[in-house]
Amino acid sequence: MLTVKAIEKSYEGEPLLNGVSFDVHPSETICLLGPSGSGKSTLLRIIAGLEESEGGEVLWNGRSLADTPAHQRRFGLMFQDYALFPHRNVSENIAFGLRMQKLPPQEIQTRVDSALETINMAGFAHRKVTELSGGEQQRVALARALAPNPRLLMLDEPLGALDRTLREQLSQELRRILHQSKVPAIYVTHDQEEAFAIADRLLLLHHGVILQSGPPHDFYHHPRNVWVAKFFGLGNLVKGTIVAHSPLQVKTHLGLIHPSCDQDPQPIGAEATLLFRPTQASQSPQEMKNRITGRVFDQVFQNGRYHITLQINEQVPDFHVLLTHPVEIGADLAVAYQPADVLCLQNDFGEI
Amino acid sequence: MNTLRKTLFRWLKQPTWRAALFWLLPAAFLVYFFYQPLLALFNLVISPTWGFDLSALDLTPVWRPLSFTVGQALLSTLLTLIIGLPGAWLFAHFTFPGKRTLKILTTLPFILPTVVVAAGFNSLLGPRGWVNLGLMALFDLPTPPVRFLNTFGAILVAHVFYNTTIMIRVVSNAWSQMNIRLRHAAQVLGASPWRTFREVTLPLLRPSILAGTLLVFLFNFTSFGVVLMLGGPQFATLEVEIYTQALHLLNLPLASMLSILQLACTLLITLGHNRVSGLGEMVISPATRTMAARPARTTLERAVIILLVASLFILLVAPLASLALRSFVKLEPTRGERGEVERGLTLQFYRELGVNRRGDLFFVPPIAAARNSFMFALITILITLSLGILVAYALLQNSAINKILDPLMMLPLGASAITLGLGFIIVFNRPPFSTLRFPILIPIAHALVALPFIVRTLSPALRNIPSSLRNAARVLGASPFKVWREVDLPLLAPSLLVSTIFAFTISLGEFGASTFLVRPDYPTMPVAIFRYISQPGALNYGQALAMSTLLMLVCALGIFLIERLQKPGKDTF
Amino acid sequence: MKHKVTPLLLLLIVTMLLGACAPEPSPGEPQSLTVMTHDSFAISEEVIAQFESEHGVTVNFVRSGDTGTALNQAILTKSNPLADVFYGLDNTFLTRALEEELFLPYDSPMLDQIPDEFKIDPGNHALPVDYGDVCINYDKAFFEAQALPIPTSLEDLIDPRYAGLLVTQNPATSSPGLAFLMATIAHFGEDGYLDYWQALVENGLTVVSNWETAYYTNFSGSTGQGPQPLVVSYGSSPAAEVIFAQTELEESPTGSIIGPNTCFRQIEFVGILRNTANPDLAKAFVDFMLSVPFQEDIPMQMFVFPVNPQASLPEAFLEHVDIPDQPASLPPELIDANREAWINAWLEAVLD
Repeated sequence: MLTVKAIEKSYEGEPLLNGVSFDVHPSETICLLGPSGSGKSTLLRIIAGLEESEGGEVLWNGRSLADTPAHQRRFGLMFQDYALFPHRNVSENIAFGLRMQKLPPQEIQTRVDSALETINMAGFAHRKVTELSGGEQQRVALARALAPNPRLLMLDEPLGALDRTLREQLSQELRRILHQSKVPAIYVTHDQEEAFAIADRLLLLHHGVILQSGPPHDFYHHPRNVWVAKFFGLGNLVKGTIVAHSPLQVKTHLGLIHPSCDQDPQPIGAEATLLFRPTQASQSPQEMKNRITGRVFDQVFQNGRYHITLQINEQVPDFHVLLTHPVEIGADLAVAYQPADVLCLQNDFGEI
Repeated sequence: MNTLRKTLFRWLKQPTWRAALFWLLPAAFLVYFFYQPLLALFNLVISPTWGFDLSALDLTPVWRPLSFTVGQALLSTLLTLIIGLPGAWLFAHFTFPGKRTLKILTTLPFILPTVVVAAGFNSLLGPRGWVNLGLMALFDLPTPPVRFLNTFGAILVAHVFYNTTIMIRVVSNAWSQMNIRLRHAAQVLGASPWRTFREVTLPLLRPSILAGTLLVFLFNFTSFGVVLMLGGPQFATLEVEIYTQALHLLNLPLASMLSILQLACTLLITLGHNRVSGLGEMVISPATRTMAARPARTTLERAVIILLVASLFILLVAPLASLALRSFVKLEPTRGERGEVERGLTLQFYRELGVNRRGDLFFVPPIAAARNSFMFALITILITLSLGILVAYALLQNSAINKILDPLMMLPLGASAITLGLGFIIVFNRPPFSTLRFPILIPIAHALVALPFIVRTLSPALRNIPSSLRNAARVLGASPFKVWREVDLPLLAPSLLVSTIFAFTISLGEFGASTFLVRPDYPTMPVAIFRYISQPGALNYGQALAMSTLLMLVCALGIFLIERLQKPGKDTF
Repeated sequence: MKHKVTPLLLLLIVTMLLGACAPEPSPGEPQSLTVMTHDSFAISEEVIAQFESEHGVTVNFVRSGDTGTALNQAILTKSNPLADVFYGLDNTFLTRALEEELFLPYDSPMLDQIPDEFKIDPGNHALPVDYGDVCINYDKAFFEAQALPIPTSLEDLIDPRYAGLLVTQNPATSSPGLAFLMATIAHFGEDGYLDYWQALVENGLTVVSNWETAYYTNFSGSTGQGPQPLVVSYGSSPAAEVIFAQTELEESPTGSIIGPNTCFRQIEFVGILRNTANPDLAKAFVDFMLSVPFQEDIPMQMFVFPVNPQASLPEAFLEHVDIPDQPASLPPELIDANREAWINAWLEAVLD
C-alpha cells in the first residue's frame, strides 16, 4: 500500500529527515515514535502532500504520488491542534470532506449521523466547535478525518493535549475505532505507552532516520542500540570493554560480566554497553555468574514490588532493581543476572 | 471604604459596567471633540438669527450627489478589493526581494494631498504625460490617445490608488496570523486550493475583509479632492456639494443638512456592516501555527508574484515615482517651441525650498514643516493608541452598549472636514484652546479620523488572544496590569504596529480639517505644498513637487522607524 | 508602552485644564493684535516688524483657508471674534459681510489718498486695500508657432479659429471661475450670458474644478505641459511666471488678454471686527495697511495691485503686467442676490 522511500527534508539548513523509508500494510496501524523535534509531523505532512520533500518519494500501491496534490490523495489527517473550522458547527465540520466528494446531501447526512454515533456525540451536531471541550474536539476531529473513508489515516499526536485519564480512555476508543474501520493508519506520538497501546508496528524516528522498527515487544526485548534502550527507559546501562569472545566477557565497573548479544559482537578491546533490566535481577545470587553487590540507598514500593536503588561504587552510584521482598536501607545486598538477561548493546550511533 | 471597594468589584464583574469603564475616556473624547462642535454648528445654523427656514430649504441639490456618491463609492471599493486582496495575499505569504520597500511604497499614496496626486497622475497620464507622449511617438498619433483627467475612470483609479493600502494592511495582517492547519485540514479532506480558499480562508478572513471594506467605502463615500480635481466639474459627491454650499455659496444651512445626511449614511453603513460581520460574534481559535512568509518555490508562483508586484508597482508606485522625478526635472518652456521643455535635471526646486526670497513673513523652511508634521503625527499616535486600546477592550466585553457606541465612534470617518472644522472654530474659540500657543486641536482632529482605523485593527487581534493565556498568567501570580503587559501587549504587538502606521500616515496627510485649525506658526507639510501650488510660476510648481517628494520621504522614514520598533526577525505585514 | 503613554496623556489633560484656568489677557494693556485672513495672504517680515516696533505690539495672523472659508469663520464667530481685524474680503462677498454687520465703521484718514472707484462701501465698514484682475492668460509660444492672432475680446473666443483652446474653472468650486462668469454677465447682460456660454461649449470649452488644475495641468503656457493655450487666471500671472522662473527670463512666456470686459476686477477689503477688544490698535493697523510701506510690499507678496496710487510698483509689474482699461465689474448687491442663481443656471447650461 503506502511506501515511503528515502525521504529527505531539512529545516533552516539543518537536516531533519535523512532518508526515511518504511511501508504501511493493509489495515495495519503503525506508530511513528520519536522525541519532540524529530520530524514526525513534518513526515506526516510530506505523506499528506502538504509539504514537499527534498529527496525520496511517497508511493501508493507502487505509484508515485509526486504529481497528486494533497486534496486528491484521499488520505485523512488528524492534526495535533485538531484544526476544526471555527466558522462551522460540529456536523458541518464532519460533513466537509463528504461535500468535497460531491456526495448527495442525504448520504452526507446519514454518514455524519453515523460518524457522530461512532464517537458517542449524537446530540452535538449543531454545537459550535469553539464551545467543545478538548476531548470532544478530539473526537470531532477524528470523526471528520474518518468520515470520507480515507485510504490511509494519519494522526498527529491526537491525544497530546489531553489529561491522563482522558488520554487512556480515548486511546482505547481510538484503537476500537481504528480496528473497526480497518483503515491503515500512521499514528504519531512521543509517548511510548500510547504507542504500545495503539500500534501493530512501531517505528522509532531519531536523527532523521528510522532507528528501529517492529512489533512493540521487539523494542522491549531487543533494543537495537543504547539510544533505543535509553529512550524506552529499559533499565541500567553500564559501559565496559570486551575482553573475550565465546563466551563473551565484558569488563565493567561492576566486575567481569557475561552478557548475551543479539548482533555479532564487536572485536576484543571494543567498547560495549550492557543493559541490566531491573525486573530480571535475582535475589538468590549464590549459583549465578553475574553477581552485583551494593549498598541499599533507597527503597520505594511501586506496583506491588520494591524498587531498590543500589549504590555499587563511585563509578556506578545508582543501580535500580525491582524485587519482590523488601530489604533494609543501608544494608548490603547482592543480586545476580543470568547471562541471557544481560544484553550487550552497540555503542555505534545514537548516543545521546 | 471596604464596602465601596466591594461594590466596585461587584459592578466590574458585569460586562456592561466593564465596557462602560473602558468607554469612559474615549466616549468623553468623542463627545467633547466631535459631537459638541458638530452640534454647536448645527444649532447655530438653524437658530433664528440665521434666518433659517426649513420649509424654504431646497433639497433638490441633494439627490444627484447622493446617488453619485453611493455609486462611485461602491465601484471604487469593489475595485480596491480586486486589487487589495491579491496584494494582501502576496504580502502575507511570500518573501521576495524588495518586499520591505514595496510595503512602505504602497503606504505612501495614503498620505499625499490630492492636489499633488493629481499632479502625479497628470505627469503620467495627462495630455502631455509620459504615457500619451510615448504612445503618440510610437504610433505617430496627432492627439493624445488616452483621456484620463476629468473622467469617471480617473476618480476610480485615484480611489484605488489611495485606499489599496488599507485593504492590504488590514487583510494581510489577519491572513498571516491565520492558523495554517485549518487550510491543511481542508486540503487533506479533499478541498482543492480554490475550494479551500472559498470554504475556509475566505470565511475566516471575512471579518477583516469586511472591516477593510467598511473603511475603504467610508473613505470613498466622503471623497472630496479626488472627485474635485481628477473627476472634474461634472462629478459631485456630497462632500463636494457641502464644500460648494458652505464656502462658495455661503449657504451654511444647506451645507449642514447635507452633512447631517452624510453622517446618517455613515451611521447606516456602519450599522449594516456590524450586522453583517456580527460584531464580536465569532471567536477564531488561537493560531498555534501561523504560516511564515516564504520565497516562491515554483515557476508559477514566481510568475504570479512578479505579476502582482508589477501591477502594484504600476498602480501605486508609478504615479509617485513620476511625481518625484518631476521634482528633479526642469520645467521651463523653451521660447517659440510649444510644448517643448528644456531637458535636464536640476536640484533647484529643493534648494529654493530653503530660501526665503521675498522676505515672506510666512515662509516655511522644509525642516520646520517636516518637524511640525512629525510632531502632530506623534501626538496623534499617542492619543489614538491610548483611546483605541481602551475601545478595543470595551468591544471585547459582551455588552449591549457596544452596539450603540461602536457606530458612534465610527462617525468621524463620515463627517465632512468642512463642517467639523467650522464646528471646531465655534466651540474652541475660547480658552483653553485659543490661549494655547500650541495648536493641540490639529492632532485631536487627526485622532478623530484615525481612531476608527485603530479600533478596526486592534479589535480582531484582541479577540484572537485566547483567554486561557490570560488565566494562565493570572494563576501564575500576575496582577491584571501585569497580565496586560506580559500577555496581551506582546500578542497585540503586530496589530499595534499596523495601528501606529495608520495613525502616523493619517496625521501626516490630513489636510481638510487642518486648513481650519493650522496657525501660521505651525504649518505642516501638506499646508506648505498647498501654498506653493496655489501660485503661478514654474518655480512654485517645482517647489510643490519637491515638498511632496520630501513628504513622501518623511513618511517612508517614519514608517521605517516605526517598523524598527518591532522585534527583529518577525514579519508582520 | 502603556506606562509611557499614560503620563503623556495625563500631561496633555493637565495642560488643557491649566489652560482653562489661565487668566484671560487683561484688556487694559493690549500686547497683541490678531489679523484674520485667507491662505493667500503674504507680507514681508520687515514691514510687519516696522508696525510692531512703532506700536510696541506683536501682530498675529490667523490664516483660515480660502476667502469663503475665512469669511465663514468670521461670521460664525462674530459674537466672540477670533481676531481684531479681518483682511481679504472681496467685492463678490462684500454685501454678505456687510449684512452680517461684521465690521465697525472706520473713516480712516488714509482714505483721502485712495481713488473713489475702489471705495465701494459708502459706510466705510470695509476699506479697500488692493485689487487684481481675473484675466485670460495666453501662451505666447503657441500663438507665435501657429501664426494665430491673439484673441482680444470675449467674442473672439467663440470664433472657430480658437476652437478647443480655452480652459476655465467651475464657478461653483473656484473663485477665478466665478469671476470669469461674472465678467461675461457684465458684458452680455443677464439675458445674454448663457447663450455666450453655450457658444463657448460648442467651440470646445474645457471646464475643470479649480485653478491649480486649469493652470498647471491644462494650460500650455506655464510648465509647458497642457493642451490648452488659453486659461482663466490672474492678470498678474505673467509677472509671476518671470519672478518664479527657473532660469532668468527677459520676457514672460504668457500674457493677459485685456480687451473690454475680458477681465473681472476683484477688490480686497479690510475691516475691523465688531467685537474687538483693541479698536484703537486695529484702526492703527488699518491705517498702516493703506500706507505706502505696506502698499508697496503688496505686489511682490500677493501679486495684486495696491489701491494707494502713491505706492510705486516693482519693475516686474511695470514690465510684465498689463492693466485693463475697461475691467468688468458688477454691483456687489447684485452679485450677492444672484450668485446662486447664476451658478445654478451656468451648471445647467454648461455641464449638463
